[in-house]
Amino acid sequence: MGAAALGKDLIGLETLSPQQLRLILDTAERFKEVSERPIKKVPALRGKTIVNLFFEASTRTRISFEFAEKRLSADTVNVASSGSSVSKGETLVDTARNLEAMRIDMVVIRHQASGSAEFLGRRIRSNVVNAGDGKHEHPTQGLLDLLTLRDRFGKIEGLKVAICGDVLHSRVARSNIWGLKKLGAEVAVCGPASLLPRDIAALGVEVIPRIDEAIRWADALNVLRLQLERMTGGFIPSLREYNRVFGVTRERLDRAGKDIVIMHPGPMNRGVEIDSDVADGPHSVILPQVTNGVAVRMAVLYLLAGGNPDWQQHGGGE
Amino acid sequence: MTRPILIRGGRVIDPARRTDGIADVYLAEGRIASVGLNITGEDGCEVIDAKGKVVTPGLIDLHVHLREPGFEDLETVATGAMAAAAGGFTAVCAMPNTDPPLDNQGAIGFVISQAQKAGKARVYPIGTISVGQKGEKLSEFGELLGAGAIAVSDDGKPVMSSHLMRTALEYAKTFGCPVADHCEEITLAEGGAMHEGIVATRLGLKGIPAAAEEIHVARDIILSELTGGHIHLCHMSTRGSAELIRRAKDKGLRVTAEVTPHHFTLTHAACEGYNTNAKMNPPLREEADVEALREALKDGTIDVIATDHAPHHYDAKEREFDDAPNGILGLETAFGLAVTELVRPGIIALPDLLYRMSTRPAQVFGLPGGTLAVGGPADVAVLDPEAEWTVEPSRFFSKSRNTPFGGRRLLGRADLTIVRGRIVYDRAGD
Amino acid sequence: MPSRATLLDERAIARALTRMASEIVERCHGTADLLLVGIQRRGVELAQRLARLIEGLDGSPVPCGKLDITLYRDDLQAIGPRPVIGETDLPPDLDGRTVVIVDDVLYTGRTIRAALDELADFGRPRRILLCVLVDRGGRELPIQPDIVGLKKPVAQDERVDVLVKELDGRDAVELARTA
Repeated sequence: MGAAALGKDLIGLETLSPQQLRLILDTAERFKEVSERPIKKVPALRGKTIVNLFFEASTRTRISFEFAEKRLSADTVNVASSGSSVSKGETLVDTARNLEAMRIDMVVIRHQASGSAEFLGRRIRSNVVNAGDGKHEHPTQGLLDLLTLRDRFGKIEGLKVAICGDVLHSRVARSNIWGLKKLGAEVAVCGPASLLPRDIAALGVEVIPRIDEAIRWADALNVLRLQLERMTGGFIPSLREYNRVFGVTRERLDRAGKDIVIMHPGPMNRGVEIDSDVADGPHSVILPQVTNGVAVRMAVLYLLAGGNPDWQQHGGGE
Repeated sequence: MTRPILIRGGRVIDPARRTDGIADVYLAEGRIASVGLNITGEDGCEVIDAKGKVVTPGLIDLHVHLREPGFEDLETVATGAMAAAAGGFTAVCAMPNTDPPLDNQGAIGFVISQAQKAGKARVYPIGTISVGQKGEKLSEFGELLGAGAIAVSDDGKPVMSSHLMRTALEYAKTFGCPVADHCEEITLAEGGAMHEGIVATRLGLKGIPAAAEEIHVARDIILSELTGGHIHLCHMSTRGSAELIRRAKDKGLRVTAEVTPHHFTLTHAACEGYNTNAKMNPPLREEADVEALREALKDGTIDVIATDHAPHHYDAKEREFDDAPNGILGLETAFGLAVTELVRPGIIALPDLLYRMSTRPAQVFGLPGGTLAVGGPADVAVLDPEAEWTVEPSRFFSKSRNTPFGGRRLLGRADLTIVRGRIVYDRAGD
Repeated sequence: MPSRATLLDERAIARALTRMASEIVERCHGTADLLLVGIQRRGVELAQRLARLIEGLDGSPVPCGKLDITLYRDDLQAIGPRPVIGETDLPPDLDGRTVVIVDDVLYTGRTIRAALDELADFGRPRRILLCVLVDRGGRELPIQPDIVGLKKPVAQDERVDVLVKELDGRDAVELARTA
């Protein structure tokens, strides 16, 4: 019962143990059933106040969290703030203190600076859930990806998962790598070398230079969104070339002729990293990912909310 | 005139003359009057018992940021000079990235007069290479040096234009003054917050590759060869840089270099947990780099230890890693870190360390001091290399507190610092 | 040292369940629209056995659902580390059904209160009855069982454990001293 309790905050998957990961996934499985009920609501977090603090614009993640919160009967408040680069630092420290003063129970934060979730978690007693901090981690995305794979394959252990695209700038990639490795999957990254961290192999992942090879090797692909800034930042010459060389296209999948699962954290750049007929096709689990997202977030909020606020997040289960 | 001082019975180490033995040192009229056994001082002279301590020429730091003019809430010339004295330093060289920058004689003169008023460690201003440190037009070296500057640097920023660096080296030759460079290739380093490596990858922070420093180190060495000018390479941080410098010295080029205590002590692992007190430029690097820098200090490839003392406000460091400013304090922990990390493990002997912290800095920038030769300035430090102490930032003389070493146990500290024959720091009275 | 006493052995349990199955059929006037809902844990196994017994009596199969009440507990905020949530599996429509809630031990009544709240979020049964293997007294809410296997008042420092073959390897109802 609560043997692998999570502690005060969910900052990332790097510091969670396999037992803790499994606890979250098993709990999320239960919450999927709640979303099928006629009344999609349970009183588990009734009376709790949760603030969604989104410094970076994000409709889908915020809405997913909001559904999760409301289905747990919590009261939610949305704060969207685009801090200017000059006042960013003050904004976060002052925000932390204001939230503390208002006795908020939980904060879900998305922020452009790596480390910002941990920064907040150390300064307020409320539970903090990282909804994406800079390039560091996006733990609930990592968890819903794990749940989706587990639903599809029955297990994670021994699965071969290739993460494709701009791994260098991707918090989704990092969370995926941690979660998959801890549950025993084999992980590879595939993308242009200019978008892969030089020392990524030190995290225990294989580097596959070309997408066709990745498709041949993998049981599942997690296709990352390629941002326009990568082109203007000189990392790749053009989006068109990226699609030609690295795009997950119908032709490539047909050529490989295998039953491979395609994931994408969204939002998609159709025609860049992934073609529409793949995204909407039979291999895609992109919509189940979204469903699982709400369940995973409900599980995380439920598991954290019972925790003693003085606990620190530790790695091991009991 | 202050009364003469007789420092009795200490282990007197003069790295300049390679002497090391128990002796007395007698200071009078601001000069070293005599060094020897059983000196009898004048009646009424101040006698200091240095038994069990080390008596040495005062330490000299070629690279500090005193923040005045412009950022007096972080540090002033006075508080910096006091912090220096508490660290055993009798002289520091102040970098010009102030506001306004030290690119004119008025600003240089201001720093000098503030230092004189403070009456603690000597402060030698460094003038800018370019006007406003903008990297476009040469500043008036003649005017700056005439006003009291002892070197030129655009530190804080690199000199991106190789043409400007070349002309600076050539023009500086006229005055025999060193050009100190902050080696950083901005297009590679831009936006980076720490060393490009596995820790940065895990923390999701943009990294600064070692290449960003080494490219400019190589360039500066080549330009020094081309021009015959004296290039001084600031805060070296990589094993690649050490290797380049070694080869340059083998060729007899006029290249000197410095390393900070944090670069021979800490690695990028110190950034774990997004610790902003481990954020500096150049960043903390890998184990192999730390080892190479220690080796380089030992074999003289790197000439001196210089702290790059960089005060920052608590609020400034109390923010997300990406947004936090670079740099940490150094003056009050330098000797302790050097003894703990270099002397105690047997990497460098104490006299050689003192050479790197006193004699050689004086030589590199052509400053008085760094020696206990009779007739030289009475800038002396009485150090206790056996003292164990805990770093308490709240007790620093510096106005700021940004150090990652709070709570750390160190071996070695200054007991007494004397400048121009006057005691400017006495730990007993602290 | 905690001591254990057997309140019901395997045969006694079987006899009790047989009697309870007929009582259910009697009280519900047959098995039309009947739905047994077992409370996680052990209430589920008991409900399944009762369903089989009723089918034996009546001929027609009786649907059996599972209900986990963790998310509806009234002490969720106070208890610290989160309890593991068990499976809930109910047919899509409860409206008009006769629901018999099945649980192993009835004590304070709070579990049943939670179950009633949760069922209300699923639909509107025509009638709900409560069936428990052991009623140990000690109620804190006005909730009473309709069908009982064994009624035995038990002191606060004692605990009633129900063991079932499916989960524990054997059938028994035991009394244990907790202090």
